[in-house]
Amino acid sequence: MKSAVIVFPGSNCDRDVAVALEKIAGNRPHMVWHGETDLPEVDLVVLPGGFSFGDYLRSGAMAGRSPIMKEVITRAHKGKPTLGICNGFQVLTETGLLPGALMRNAGLNFVCRDVTLKVEHANSAFTNAYTNGDEIRIPVAHHDGNYFADDDTLKALEDNAQVAFRYKDNPNGSQNDIAGIYNESRSVLGLMPHPERAIGAELGSTDGIKMFESLMASL
Amino acid sequence: MSTITPEIVAEHGLNEEEYARILNALGREPNINELGIFSVMWSEHCSYKSSRRHLATLPTEAPWVICGPGENAGVIDIGDGQTAIFKMESHNHPSYIEPYQGAATGVGGILRDVFTMGARPVANLNALRFGSPDHPKTRHLLSGVVAGIGGYGNCVGIATVAGQTDFDPAYDGNILVNAMTVGTADADKVFYSAAAGMGNPVVYVGSKTGRDGIHGATMASAEFDDDSEEKRPTVQVGDPFTEKLLIEACLELMAGDSIVAIQDMGAAGLTSSSVEMASKGEVGIELNLDEVPQREENMTPYEMMLSESQERMLMVLEPGREEEAHAIFRKWDLDFAVIGKVTDTNHLTLLHGGEVVGDIPIGPLVDDAPNYDRPHDVKPAAIAAERPDVPAPTELGATLHQMMGSPNLSSRRWIWEQYDHQVMGDTVVLPGGDAGVVRVHGTDKALASVTDCTPRYCYADPVEGGKQAVAETYRNISAVGATPLAITNCLNFGNPEKPEIMGQFVGCIQGMGEACKALDYPVVSGNVSLYNETNGIAILPTPVIGGVGLMQDYKKLVRIALQNDGDSIYILGDTGGHLYQSIYAKVIQDIHVGPAPRVDLAQEKAHSAFVRGQIEDGTLTACHDVADGGTLVALAEMAMAGGKGITLDHEGDHGFWFGEDQGRYILVTSNGAALEAAASEANLSLTKLGRVGGDSLLGQSIDGLKQANEDWMPGYMAAV
Repeated sequence: MKSAVIVFPGSNCDRDVAVALEKIAGNRPHMVWHGETDLPEVDLVVLPGGFSFGDYLRSGAMAGRSPIMKEVITRAHKGKPTLGICNGFQVLTETGLLPGALMRNAGLNFVCRDVTLKVEHANSAFTNAYTNGDEIRIPVAHHDGNYFADDDTLKALEDNAQVAFRYKDNPNGSQNDIAGIYNESRSVLGLMPHPERAIGAELGSTDGIKMFESLMASL
Repeated sequence: MSTITPEIVAEHGLNEEEYARILNALGREPNINELGIFSVMWSEHCSYKSSRRHLATLPTEAPWVICGPGENAGVIDIGDGQTAIFKMESHNHPSYIEPYQGAATGVGGILRDVFTMGARPVANLNALRFGSPDHPKTRHLLSGVVAGIGGYGNCVGIATVAGQTDFDPAYDGNILVNAMTVGTADADKVFYSAAAGMGNPVVYVGSKTGRDGIHGATMASAEFDDDSEEKRPTVQVGDPFTEKLLIEACLELMAGDSIVAIQDMGAAGLTSSSVEMASKGEVGIELNLDEVPQREENMTPYEMMLSESQERMLMVLEPGREEEAHAIFRKWDLDFAVIGKVTDTNHLTLLHGGEVVGDIPIGPLVDDAPNYDRPHDVKPAAIAAERPDVPAPTELGATLHQMMGSPNLSSRRWIWEQYDHQVMGDTVVLPGGDAGVVRVHGTDKALASVTDCTPRYCYADPVEGGKQAVAETYRNISAVGATPLAITNCLNFGNPEKPEIMGQFVGCIQGMGEACKALDYPVVSGNVSLYNETNGIAILPTPVIGGVGLMQDYKKLVRIALQNDGDSIYILGDTGGHLYQSIYAKVIQDIHVGPAPRVDLAQEKAHSAFVRGQIEDGTLTACHDVADGGTLVALAEMAMAGGKGITLDHEGDHGFWFGEDQGRYILVTSNGAALEAAASEANLSLTKLGRVGGDSLLGQSIDGLKQANEDWMPGYMAAV
């Protein structure tokens, strides 16, 4: 599996996800600077966590308009698997690749903790190593993770089985306890928790490994 | 140029004698720019004029020390051609005035001190002190400081892995915000600040200069009074996004060989950075202030030299390498300007609008800075002739429950969950343990780091308290299995012009020095914050120690959480039952007098070596040092972390369970016989306390203890 990690100014989980991809997929991802316009031919595009452009505007709003995003969006529309983690999820909603928005946490504070997620629908390239109903421990670390969408959008997400993960104990006020969603064709996944931080017992959890194994097996 | 009146001199925080020194140094009257420069360089904050001679007594050397105090941060060898670079610094005064920005810029400043030297920051720590929970400002200050530390550190993407937070009415008018950063660098990529090479370009990078923070260093060198809130304009505003870019740009440039010297602009901004670079290199520097990137119009030389705008660095480059360096900073959208050159004049020369607006000989500016031997009364060890016995509680278990839910022993989860403690993917011991542990990226090595101080001991007995602060960090690092290597410190005290305060300072330094020497645990960097007083009321003496240790193999580390039912629980070290100055005496019995516990440094060293050996051998399944609250509190913390109960089979009085005798560890093992044999062979005192099992401790359910422990702070912060 060949992958690319997009690096925005202020990304800070770019190295972490690259480490996870290399550990499990066996080869280093291309690290692509946001100002580029050419994206290498890869099987997977990752938008990493962090504070792109400081999150000084809405989280992900500036990054969604970086030069490289034109090509990322074009490829995503053609079905290229695209994964957005944390700030990357925010970028995906800002670009419209995923519906809804991520608002300030209901508790107003930044929250970094391990949370239990329920795997809601495991039928995607990102998640097929999991089983529907699995409970997994993955850390969250965000200030703006409170998923919001209008009623019609929420209903569509539920009806089309686009909810990938739900929080067992909602840390941020997200509607329907949503932690991660797919696009309609399941080629795009955005999630607030950090699977790349759950790839070793010494880090507290190994439950993120299956996401990278799913990708390895599928792509 | 306006003439310098005695009022102007006084406004600059300089006394008559100091002004006379300036006249002598220049051989003439200074202009206003020069006066401003002298005033910040000779402020307590920058010149250490009350503390310098005492700091000089601290041990600073060991075979693994690469760079001790005097540079931006200390550097130690961690093997394989790698170094750890670290320092701690205070941001007390600004954080009281504007808690979010004060704390945020404290984090930003200490990060710059570390990456200036070529290190990638890998861990942030802090030590916080607030007033009584009942004080009307405490909630606001706590929530602002925590949000500020998180807001900055999270955005920059450095894990905040450990810290300490205490409440005491002595901090009602002066909170303490001490921030520490640990970084790693290759030994051949450590950068220093000495300017060199006549004519070499002096380059400014980072954010533009504005009018914020002018005279921040001077503010931090004076007591507060009722009008202190009016000092808000002297507090700087942080921009963590720019800091993140600055880290990446600097490290990218540092990968090459174009940098001669580099220095961050911290307190006293452009002034202290240029003076320090020139002084260390024994050269002169000429700055053309017209070239300084400015955020506001019509800034005067005075404002530019004294601004404490954040996220700025000063570098000397190899000649002809400007364009290559500029390209990197352009990529990261940061300002880059050649603003001067290295000269052979040994003067700091300032040009503005084609005129010389300042010309100061560096030697006198640095070397003639006041160096006071202030009168000091070191308080004798035993205080309060009348001291009552500390009575026993009616019921041990209920008392433990009460203590676990008290402000100073309650869980700090509400705080550390606001800090990203896992970013960079190397945090292997999270907050809540004895020390934060991060792997050295890409290796099996790990750095354990911790901050600690017990101010009530320092107040009762400065010398023992100074020793204890050092020893406790040594213990914390040992308890995870790491070898303690060196410390940084942040010495927070009241007004040094008062002999009893200066006595606290001198006593604590003496104790720290004795401990560092005995433990081979030298000081490699540090910071002093004096004048932490409001309307004449001083804080408790608070010499915070930041310790760093090394593990060769992180997979061997041990945490505090109990692991297996049936494991045997021991205490290493004798318990005399020292209850004075204990949490039990203060919280349960309201007794605040009496001596601090004594620290036996030889025993500290022996116990640490033993504990590390047992961890290395894989004998221990959990380990925790015994500190605030004593043995029973340590056991409760281990039980809560592991979600397992404890059956005690040792009889002891309240002195045994709540005494705060030093140098002790709780050791848990599945192989009691092996541990007992090893302790016996090492001739150390080891006492079996009980076994892991069940879901309670002394009749208190672990869930109930956890609830008491976890609920206090969120409940307190949610109350209006």
